[in-house]
Amino acid sequence: MISRFTLCAAAATFALSAAAAAHAAPPPNDAQIAHIAYTAGQIDVAAGKQALAKSHNKAVRSFAQVMVRDHNAVNDQALALVKKLGVTPQANGTSASLAAAAKRKARELSMLKGAAFDRAYVRNEVAYHRTVNGALSGTLIPNAHNAELKGLLETGLSLFREHQMHAEQLAKSVR
Amino acid sequence: MAWAKRVLTIAAAGIASAVAVTPAEAAASARTHVVVIAKMKYGAVPTVRVGDTIVWVNKDILRHTATARDRSFDVDLAPSASAKTVIRHGGAVPFYCRFHPGMKGQINVAGK
Repeated sequence: MISRFTLCAAAATFALSAAAAAHAAPPPNDAQIAHIAYTAGQIDVAAGKQALAKSHNKAVRSFAQVMVRDHNAVNDQALALVKKLGVTPQANGTSASLAAAAKRKARELSMLKGAAFDRAYVRNEVAYHRTVNGALSGTLIPNAHNAELKGLLETGLSLFREHQMHAEQLAKSVR
Repeated sequence: MAWAKRVLTIAAAGIASAVAVTPAEAAASARTHVVVIAKMKYGAVPTVRVGDTIVWVNKDILRHTATARDRSFDVDLAPSASAKTVIRHGGAVPFYCRFHPGMKGQINVAGK
């Protein structure tokens, strides 16, 4: 119970600081939004590949396979869309902090094995999808100007909400 | 010879009825229904009858399955793929996507 509370508190703190940062910084433009969404997808693909390299749990591996496939599929669509629109995704502070946090988490997970790894990976998938979904619904979708970009982000949000539920269910079986 | 002829006639009639009537009835009543999968959702599933065919069409950018809870069917669909399921028994058949368990639907099969 303590660890779950700590996790929730940590996720809440992160979401709050992200919201505060969003208030202080100007809203992201479409090129930055595309970069953030693409980076977020790449991070989860990398996390899924790490799980496939380390986990022996059938349910965890199936989940990781879906994460790799789905996030790659959405990112392929995103790349095709920015190409079509003639937009070059623009690096920004949010993408950089997402990537830095993911690097730290990957290092932390790399030190775990077996059931401990499975638990930590799945818990992080719950927290990560919650954070990304919060950013999509609270910041990225409302600020997207291009209708097709907004549409793709909305498709992504419905997919990632399902991923979050899937991860929450999985978390119950690996705790 | 008369009895043999009679037996043959009866047998022929039996074959004729088996061949002509039953498939004709089935062909007249069996229907094909299309269920489109798009944006993480199954489209509306009409009420079907035993013998009907469902054509699953995946218009999503993601790979999905339509998997019966009772495992009476399980189709795995890459993006843009489609597949057919013939309904073999009556009642309600809940189904879901193995890759996205939050995606759910139900086929209601009229008759037995």
